[in-house]
Amino acid sequence: MKIGILALQGAVREHRDLLHRLGVATVDVQSRQDLYEISGLILPGGESTTVGKLLVRYGLLKPIAEAGRAGLPIFGTCTGLILLSRHISNSSQFRLGLMDTYVERNAFGRQLASFEADMPIPVLGSKPYHTIFIRAPYIKQAEKNVTELLTHEGKIFFAQQGNLLAAAFHPELTSDTRVHEYFLRIVATAQTSQ
Amino acid sequence: MPEVKKETGTFAVKKGLAEMLKGGVIMDVVNPEQAKIAEKAGAVAVMALERVPSDIRAQGGVARMSDPEMISEIQQAVSIPVMAKARIGHIVEARVLEALEIDFIDESEVLTPADDMHHILKSEFKVPFVCGARNLGEALRRVGEGAAMIRTKGEAGTGDVVEAVRHIRQVNRDIQRVVSASPAELMAIAKELGAPYELVLQVKELGRLPVVNFAAGGIATPADAALMMVLGCDGVFVGSGIFKSDNPAKRAKAIVEAVAHYKDAALIAEVSKGLGEAMRGQSVALMEDKEKIAGRGW
Repeated sequence: MKIGILALQGAVREHRDLLHRLGVATVDVQSRQDLYEISGLILPGGESTTVGKLLVRYGLLKPIAEAGRAGLPIFGTCTGLILLSRHISNSSQFRLGLMDTYVERNAFGRQLASFEADMPIPVLGSKPYHTIFIRAPYIKQAEKNVTELLTHEGKIFFAQQGNLLAAAFHPELTSDTRVHEYFLRIVATAQTSQ
Repeated sequence: MPEVKKETGTFAVKKGLAEMLKGGVIMDVVNPEQAKIAEKAGAVAVMALERVPSDIRAQGGVARMSDPEMISEIQQAVSIPVMAKARIGHIVEARVLEALEIDFIDESEVLTPADDMHHILKSEFKVPFVCGARNLGEALRRVGEGAAMIRTKGEAGTGDVVEAVRHIRQVNRDIQRVVSASPAELMAIAKELGAPYELVLQVKELGRLPVVNFAAGGIATPADAALMMVLGCDGVFVGSGIFKSDNPAKRAKAIVEAVAHYKDAALIAEVSKGLGEAMRGQSVALMEDKEKIAGRGW
């Protein structure tokens, strides 16, 4: 099993290092060919307008969207959550639009509002998860087919829709591997059901 | 849900923003129109300033923090992070930029230094800082003061990439030396580099700088930008190189693509076609030492 990491811009190394620590092989995804051999795909944090443009320029937007619709497990963090969402407030930027979510970009304001906090995420066990939010978006609303895994003060920070997983925070910036392990379980389940 | 305690302005949050910029291009802009061109081209952030380095160089005089009104206009114009420069050691310029809710402060040698001995104690701020460095010792002194990101200095405003290359080569050489040294040698190396010992230990363990490192100073073409990535930088700053060229929008886009795909020479060839003339620039080898700005910083 290999997990692809979209490697156009952003925190690619952190996801790669974390998966390697879990003993999982990774592929840097930079072109359409890189998608053929992977069982799951991670969309890392970065600058969503930049990544969106590069996805289009290198002909990756459509193939990834098609793979996602065909059941490829995809996990987006921060920018990845924005790219996965069908609706983005006040923006016509490029997106995959796979999740039935309404996203607010830079939803907390500028960098000074970036924060870290321990949050309870029941699906990961009883120990709180240390979340890091950086100029973060959040999901302000989601259709019924979306499962909320972490909602705080009415803002959805972590959500799942079928094989698609989205986090507004950055699990790759911590040493806690539970979020990635959760995604790997989605990947494993998707493989056995094929 | 039980009470959630949010902490802002922590080092993890500051360093984290720099991590998100990796593989990207940060562009100098002097007005909202240029900022929009940069964002449209795919810049990961813009640096708001009144004069690009080549104009500061040509016009002389004292270079200071930019007009807050102009910075605010640029913040309104784009959704990507906005950075701005404060003079070395100018604590109040930095506090003013923080009050403007700038996303990143560059304590920059491109401006005229305000303090010829001390840099700003950056750990006391909630906003992250990036600082210039020419070698590992200088980089780790800045990280010791709280910088969340480093840029190798190069020679700003020249369009000549030679100093940028010299500085990243030097940082890489210094890191190699630390990595291959035995633990017993590290205190002597720390002393020689003028670097905090604890940070030298971190470099030894990581095999790289403890924070993100971008290239800066003299990058003018897509190939220059890709060269800095090949040499191990995490991204690039382009100052005068874009808006002092014939076709800024096209050149900006080409540089973004060259950085994202720096190993793909065929792609760099393709995006480099028909860009018009690059900034004319000046050769660093023909400059007097007093004309160089990279030496500022202590």
